[in-house]
Amino acid sequence: MSITADSSTPLSPERWEPPLPHPRGPISEVVLTALSRDPGDLAAIPAPTGDPLSDDDLHLALYLCYELHYRGFAGVNPRWEWNPALLAARERLEAPFESALRAAYPVDPLREGEDVRAGLLRIADLPGPALSPYLRDKATKEQFLEVIVLRSAYRLKESDPHSFAIPRLENKAKAALVEIEYDEFGSGRADQIHAVLYRDSMNAMGLDARYGAYLDLVPGIALATVNVMSLFGLHRRFRAAAVGHLAIAEMTSALSNKRQADGLRRLGFDPIATRFFDEHVIADSVHDVIALNDMAGGLAAQEPELVDDILFGASAGTGLDHALARYIFDRWESERSSLRSALGAVDSDSLESRLTS
Amino acid sequence: MRKPDSPVVITEYRNGPLLVRGDFQLLDADGQEIPTTRRTVALCRCGRSSQKPWCDSSHKLVRQSRRAASPSTSTD
Repeated sequence: MSITADSSTPLSPERWEPPLPHPRGPISEVVLTALSRDPGDLAAIPAPTGDPLSDDDLHLALYLCYELHYRGFAGVNPRWEWNPALLAARERLEAPFESALRAAYPVDPLREGEDVRAGLLRIADLPGPALSPYLRDKATKEQFLEVIVLRSAYRLKESDPHSFAIPRLENKAKAALVEIEYDEFGSGRADQIHAVLYRDSMNAMGLDARYGAYLDLVPGIALATVNVMSLFGLHRRFRAAAVGHLAIAEMTSALSNKRQADGLRRLGFDPIATRFFDEHVIADSVHDVIALNDMAGGLAAQEPELVDDILFGASAGTGLDHALARYIFDRWESERSSLRSALGAVDSDSLESRLTS
Repeated sequence: MRKPDSPVVITEYRNGPLLVRGDFQLLDADGQEIPTTRRTVALCRCGRSSQKPWCDSSHKLVRQSRRAASPSTSTD
């Protein structure tokens, strides 16, 4: 191993702070109005009326509340993060979301006694829309880029939500979670952080890789897949659901990423663009067995009463991902963009120049 | 880091790869080191990986196709 000077490359834009997005209804309007002022009281949050698993207004508002714990927003006072009025408003949004998740993704049919492993394998085998085979074989360049943008709301902070569970676990489950997260965060190399690989992939595809740059384009049904991770990560009572969510993601990721990498190559994208996906084939083949056996299995062995929560986290994560994939197919079948408005930011000339011939 | 005398641990995972943890070196048939940046690696033991010696989860395709062929039969 050679010793070099700091080899970290300038990863622009390092100091970018995402701007606040546009409101999508009365709930996000209240939160946005508050965040643009100094911390204090909020106006009353209107009762959510849309589908709590996908509503644009509810999920943007919830995303705004959660995002204060991650990167924040340009011009927003960071003291909002622990403002009691904002936390109370957040709770009003989390309650219908949690109720809808529990109603839509019940755990009972998945249980096999206390064998969490069997339950997780059953969830991993649940049939869902075949998005990754479509991306491999048929998707147009524009469709693929839409999915890249939809997933950027999570993948530009990949693994951050689950890391909140670390101080809430002990022994084997903790060691396993940290073993996975250490790899997710680059095994000590900043340029290998998975979120950074995604940024590099987006750049190579001619997309805007700045964190949160596309937030206005991402529909509520996609924000729900991110919000569920923050819900699980930020509440200690959901620590086992966070474990279940990460476990099922790792268990179903390697083959899906392989298909997506092959799809990007079919479309002519270069190795920098496919790197994130190629990396996940090997990485998640490692994480898969650690997550299932050591992390989820370890937690269930230590605290058998948490088996239902582990399965709930896995089932909810899978269910929301399937709902998003169905939404994407529905929109494409009616020849609409799966984004809230079509992706206009990609300069097709600059994209063509990045594609290998 | 690990003490020099702490052994490399190789763990067998049910219906999955072998995981290697510790201060190991992996050599190919010509004695050349196979580079990895990962502290924990998974070695294929089903023979189906297209990126041997690493596991690429190809073993799951067999399980999935067996399930598709006989959905009522548990393969576990």
